Amino acid sequence: MDNAVKKELQVNACKVRMGIIEGVYNAKSGHPGGSLSVADTLTYLYFNKMNIDPSEPKAADRDRLVLSKGHTAPALYSVLANRGYFAADELKNLRHVGSFLQGHPDMKHIPGVDMSTGSLGQGISAACGMALSGKIAGKDYKVYAVLGDGEIEEGQVWEAAMFAAHYKLDNLRAIVDNNGLQIDGRITEVMSPMPITDKFEAFGWHVITVDAHDFDAIDAAFTEADSVKGKPVAIIQHSVKGKGVSFMEDQVGWHGTAPNKEQYDQAMAELNAQLAGLEG
Amino acid sequence: MADVVKKATRESYGEALAELSTEFEDFVVLDADLAAATKTGVFKKACPERFFDCGIAEANMMGVAAGIASTGRRVFASSFAMFAAGRAFEVVRNSIGYPHLNVNIGATHAGISVGEDGATHQCCEDIALMRTIPGMTIINPADHVEAKAAVRAALELDGPVYMRFGRLAVPIINDEKTYRFEVGKGVTLRDGKDITVIATGLMVNEAVNAAAVLAEEGIDVRVINIHTIKPLDRELVIKAARETGLIVTAEEHSVIGGLGSAVAEAVTEECPVPVIKIGVKDVFGQSGPAAELLKLYGLSAENIADTVRKALKKGK
Repeated sequence: MDNAVKKELQVNACKVRMGIIEGVYNAKSGHPGGSLSVADTLTYLYFNKMNIDPSEPKAADRDRLVLSKGHTAPALYSVLANRGYFAADELKNLRHVGSFLQGHPDMKHIPGVDMSTGSLGQGISAACGMALSGKIAGKDYKVYAVLGDGEIEEGQVWEAAMFAAHYKLDNLRAIVDNNGLQIDGRITEVMSPMPITDKFEAFGWHVITVDAHDFDAIDAAFTEADSVKGKPVAIIQHSVKGKGVSFMEDQVGWHGTAPNKEQYDQAMAELNAQLAGLEG
Repeated sequence: MADVVKKATRESYGEALAELSTEFEDFVVLDADLAAATKTGVFKKACPERFFDCGIAEANMMGVAAGIASTGRRVFASSFAMFAAGRAFEVVRNSIGYPHLNVNIGATHAGISVGEDGATHQCCEDIALMRTIPGMTIINPADHVEAKAAVRAALELDGPVYMRFGRLAVPIINDEKTYRFEVGKGVTLRDGKDITVIATGLMVNEAVNAAAVLAEEGIDVRVINIHTIKPLDRELVIKAARETGLIVTAEEHSVIGGLGSAVAEAVTEECPVPVIKIGVKDVFGQSGPAAELLKLYGLSAENIADTVRKALKKGK
């Protein structure tokens, strides 16, 4: 990847992380950990990869993204705001009564949200439907479904995995954000979904593993995905929950907890320092 | 009544899908390994490229339907009522209902008339479940003519629709040439002043038959067919409450949460009169021929007539 492009992505990802902290802090609730772990990938997709236009969020031929791990809405909202779908100031109203920024993605009221999600395991099925509909229409748009590694404990995910392979949905990419933690603890201790790679392969998917915080690797993975024909593609990304905020990294306690004022200040100071480093 | 023509509404569903396929070229049909039973197989034969089997995975099927609908394409998703409304309930609520997507659910084998398969497959809770989802339209047709009209109406309606079809062949009571179906509008099949029987699905014909018997006894029964359980035709129901002062409801569904509950909720709010509910009385079904089960569980013209006589004796 071109260094200037990569730097721009890193800058945007840092701003996206600030938006996540801003939103969750002002909401006094929400899910910062899994939002931060998926921030780089969502930034890459919306700023570099997807065929989208913020001024036409419902364009028929656009690429689509379903945040199947809907609780990490702060990441999606922050990306959408930074990409120009709506004003970044709105992030402060996350989860407030009357705000269009619902706790989980709401396609009816949030520009840029392609599917309402939140109940784990359901988004990937909807993504399959979008991909199938695209195939029927002979359109070449792509559909991205973003899942959590805890989420794939849901049986519906594997019903969808079967469906996508059966109908050869090579316009579908499922991204599994493998940060290793779910609410009750390490995924390997709560209910291990491992080995994730082997499972998707056994279901007939092309599987790519990637470092979720390396834009060169992310770009290579999604480029490889585009060359796959006749199979859906699973991108298993090894990520760090809470990535970018030192005291949140790999801490299960930050799955669904909002920072207090002191923690907010520290998180923003760290992210500002990162941003200054990138822009300096 | 030897010349009565009967047809199961699931047959009407399959026929309607196939017939509408040329007029509406975009819609697709999903099924969950039950195409031969739900009769979506008729559509599959006519338009194989627009039929997609989802296998025995109803939750995923409903999600796939939501995704298809989100792209602007109309879609029907079919299974038995037990699995469409029961097993997949939460997907229907969150992936279809919440975003108010144009998914038409064709749920067949509803009610106790499934027969021999027994309690696990006799879904008497689906209307109750679907009623709780905001924006969900629920249509429970009484016969072949109404069922076919409902399928067309669902295609033309904005938002999700739950259509309830039966396995058992039931008499065709409407005339295809003259019948006008309107979503949300009940049909008064017989005017009357003493009492109103409000029925839905296969109980409509039973109600008509009961009213004919009661007429010979000098009891003047109004019969209303409520094919659309949600949104309920409150105006017609309240008018009946006001004018006849006594209501009996009849449905092949649990007495909890179905037509009877919907009618009682409306009546208690606007014009309180007694509402006596005929339906499956909070019990599971059992195996047996459909006709025997319907009698056993009180889903018959005889039971409607008895209930009306008792209700009138008890008074308004």
